[in-house]
Amino acid sequence: MVEVARLRHGSGIGQPLTRRDGVLKVTGQASYAADNHPPGLLHAVLATARIARGRVAFLDLAAARAHPGVVEVMTPANRPALAQDPDDKSVPFSFRLDLLQNDRVRYAGQPIAVVIARTLEAATEGAALLAPRYEAEPVEASLDAADVFVPEVVGAGAPGETWHGDVDAGLAAAEHRIDATFETPMQFHNAMEPHAVVAAWEGNRLSLDMPTQGLSLTQMRLAALFGIQPEEIHIRSPFIGGGFGSKLLSGPQVLGILAARLVGRPVKLVLRREQMYGPVTHRAPTRQRLRLGAAADGGLTAIHHHVRTATSRFDDFLEPSAGVSHTLYAAPAIATTNEAVRLDTGTPGFMRAPGEASGSIALESAIDEMAYSCGMDPLEFRLRNYAEIEPVSGKPFSSKALRECYVEGAASFGWAGRPLLPRSMRDENGMLVGWGLGTATFPALMFQGEARAVLRQDGTGLVETGAHDMGQGAWTALAQIAAESLGLDASRLEFRAGRSDLPNAGIAGGSAHTATAGGAIHVAGAQVIARLTEIAVADPRSPLFGAGNIGVVARSGRLVRWDDGSRSEAFGDILARAGLQEVEARGMANADPTAAERYAMHAHGAVFAEVKVDPELGQVRVTRLVGAFAAGRIINPRLVRSQYYGGMIWGLSFALHERAVLDPRTARVVNADLAEYRVPVNADVPSLEAILVDEEDPHVNALGIKGVGEIGITGTAGAIANAIWHATGVRVRHFPVAIEHIVAAGDL
Amino acid sequence: MNRFDYVRPRTVAEAVAAGAQPGSAYLAAGTNLLDLMKIGVARPARLVDLNYLAGLDTIEELPDGGVRIGARVRNADLAHDLAFRRRFPAVAEALLSGASGQLRNMATTGGNLLQRTRCAYFQDTASACNKRAPGSGCDAHGRENRLHAVLGWSKTCIATHPSDFCVPLVALDAIMEIEGPEGWREVPLADFHLLPDATPERESVLAPGELVVALRLPPEAAGFAAHARYVKLRERTSFAFAVVSAAACLRIQEGQIAAARLALGGVAAKPWRARAAEAFLLGAAPAEAAFQQAATIALAEARPSGDNTFKIELARRIAARALRLAAAGTPERLPALPASPFAPLPGGLHG
Repeated sequence: MVEVARLRHGSGIGQPLTRRDGVLKVTGQASYAADNHPPGLLHAVLATARIARGRVAFLDLAAARAHPGVVEVMTPANRPALAQDPDDKSVPFSFRLDLLQNDRVRYAGQPIAVVIARTLEAATEGAALLAPRYEAEPVEASLDAADVFVPEVVGAGAPGETWHGDVDAGLAAAEHRIDATFETPMQFHNAMEPHAVVAAWEGNRLSLDMPTQGLSLTQMRLAALFGIQPEEIHIRSPFIGGGFGSKLLSGPQVLGILAARLVGRPVKLVLRREQMYGPVTHRAPTRQRLRLGAAADGGLTAIHHHVRTATSRFDDFLEPSAGVSHTLYAAPAIATTNEAVRLDTGTPGFMRAPGEASGSIALESAIDEMAYSCGMDPLEFRLRNYAEIEPVSGKPFSSKALRECYVEGAASFGWAGRPLLPRSMRDENGMLVGWGLGTATFPALMFQGEARAVLRQDGTGLVETGAHDMGQGAWTALAQIAAESLGLDASRLEFRAGRSDLPNAGIAGGSAHTATAGGAIHVAGAQVIARLTEIAVADPRSPLFGAGNIGVVARSGRLVRWDDGSRSEAFGDILARAGLQEVEARGMANADPTAAERYAMHAHGAVFAEVKVDPELGQVRVTRLVGAFAAGRIINPRLVRSQYYGGMIWGLSFALHERAVLDPRTARVVNADLAEYRVPVNADVPSLEAILVDEEDPHVNALGIKGVGEIGITGTAGAIANAIWHATGVRVRHFPVAIEHIVAAGDL
Repeated sequence: MNRFDYVRPRTVAEAVAAGAQPGSAYLAAGTNLLDLMKIGVARPARLVDLNYLAGLDTIEELPDGGVRIGARVRNADLAHDLAFRRRFPAVAEALLSGASGQLRNMATTGGNLLQRTRCAYFQDTASACNKRAPGSGCDAHGRENRLHAVLGWSKTCIATHPSDFCVPLVALDAIMEIEGPEGWREVPLADFHLLPDATPERESVLAPGELVVALRLPPEAAGFAAHARYVKLRERTSFAFAVVSAAACLRIQEGQIAAARLALGGVAAKPWRARAAEAFLLGAAPAEAAFQQAATIALAEARPSGDNTFKIELARRIAARALRLAAAGTPERLPALPASPFAPLPGGLHG
């Protein structure tokens, strides 16, 4: 068991600080990758494939090169050599890249050439003038594809099949059975900031401005691709305009770097919006069959969650939708199985709550159907099937305040008295009103991270780690942990992040960044304080002399005796007397394998939704969302609430809006822009409430932190689907819910 | 984006002269044209920028009681003009239900009428589209077409006209004033847009170089102010084109419908005037049975062009809804969510 760090007075942890980078952002001073313009900069624009399978037969290079301003056109014929096959995935979480290695086209939107010009406009028109001709081959774009395979692993390495107990027996013995199939669409991350790179070579040294969720992994893969040392690559990624899993290293960014190498000048490459619908991963479509059995008393007897999903023809990522069924509800028999088809699309990947988002909407819908079948209130049914231990693994939870989430969420929403029957409520304007519930869940993960902390004689401190702020607030939350770890006021602390020449902070993914980078900071700070303490307590001239190493605490820039607050000494005085300019330490944090072996570790939540549906026209409006979440210790409640809001809005988007339309004949995304790929606007976002439920977790990691970035989507999408059913009596199992699904049921 | 010439005429005559040259495109706000240029759908050789013209930017009350709206009047300025809004509330409601605040601040009266379809295959230069590339075929047939036309479509094209503004305008007998190389003429809005038939690339009666300079609403149009509504069904609460929409305008005298106007949006390549339904309503009592029957008549000739059978029933229902709301009376203030089914009626009725 890890000892939970004690909260100290004057702590930055737990304070609702506003974003330290907020003013920079709202005044446009925060510099994103594409805002950089080194001298001599050229602009690169991708030409991308219009077919999804075949080869490029012809490019009108002469026309493109003749266009005024065009400097060079990069194709497989002149692309600088690479030291590693772009299909080589030696780095964790990486995908096969399309780097002009040949004339093959394996999905629509794949880069087939790069035009480099003095202006963006010239490069753009140069790319259009290439007017490619293709030898096209038939494409597969449907989940109904004939060639189905059973994947051995799904997601980031989970088993493709899990059996616990006897599902058939559980279903056979059930009094109530649900057998329902749900469909979720292909979705794209659509970060506001497109993938971009500004690349400059000096010999073998590579300087990059590039948004990335994984500075170190990006550095490693680029080093392998270009045959140089990781230290020769310097990446600046201070602000990331949204990543959501799409911003590890993308092929187009490497092409920008290759373009800079080809022309010997700095090059900027920024994806156009429609170019983000191909080479930078997406969430694959799923078709999920849920078979549930329940006894007469509402106790689940079996859950079988079967997923069909899709990956690309040339690489594997299987949306792990069934994983949520391993943890959420107690049942004596639980099985999860997967199958997949290969489509002529780009490779899917990690998209915010990969698996949990798509799986949760199906599971929560099915659970809702079963509750109704059993004649039980959906909340009562969930409590009846509350998992006291993780059902499949049999492990106890490191902490689980889900019951409190249900209670606090229901109280704030006013759930009590909800009529069991659908179509029971109307508002004063005659709109149908429905209330739905969804349980939220996301695993508490952690990666390996490092940080460095310094205390200086002038009483200031420095903490640095190569952390990533994708908009979630890392600049602020990690600085709070840093201030806490050094017992310094934030104003006395310099915090550095977002650069590859800082200690490796792991990746910003899996909702694990605060635990990872924050954990490393916590250790580094503690090491510095320990060293300072050693100096002080061994010095007879210090008021702390003889206090012993654990007899003091760092607080407001001073070491203070635990047992006598009047005996203390300023950090700077200790260092000055010892003749030291500064004291420094590095700290490393990693997931504790024994904890993971002994405990199931997840964040949980309960989301309550109210929707209104026009009884004549079928238009749906979400009017209230209340989410109560328990995710261990909260570093900054303001930022955490903001993360929950963002997740809940994404859940709304999942339930009602987002859908990439893959043309069945061409395997091209038909709605590849933000005008046609629908996301909610402000007027769609209802009154939101996010309740932070107290939860203390002594096992999960030293700071007791679980992630908050992804969980908000889960639960919410299902809650909305369930509320639509409750309003209308129509159970839509096809997402996003569309008007025709609702009016198809006839007059409401 | 292709290289193009750019000219800034100061007078309508200069504009028409420049616009009559082959390859010219008129640039008003550019909220649609510039997007199409960026994605390669429009590649004009010359942009004739109308933003520096003198005039065409006023809302003029006419002596006969009608109104003339200059082609360059911005959508937001027109919708927020108190006198205009009071006299033509359904037009203001339609304007405010379109696009976003930012776009409405830019988009112009003339430009709105001439906006292009949002059909995905029209906007994708790798797809076949008879509208964009005559004779190339129509990829919307048999593919993603759930929001396509249910009235007036042809084998060559099933796209819809996306404007909200045009729907009440056509109901109210708006008239287009047009300058061109051959001189001035006027055309009723109802005859301005063309159905696709065999030539979907021809979207309006405008000849090369012709420029819409103004739009007139006749004096009778103001007579509907007390019973005029626009209702729009859309897939998100704001900033979305209509799945279906309807404008309904009634004059009610002594418990009978003395005049009725009904038009549908999102159903065809033009704003769809439902004259047979209007004729049916004349003399009827303004009650639910009549509205349902009129709505059914309005959609009598509708047929699906793809996966959009549901739109026919929705169009019927929204026509009935618009009539019902119009009969109930124009609200004194426009709802906070203009044209939304979710807009509760604020305050009293239009005086």
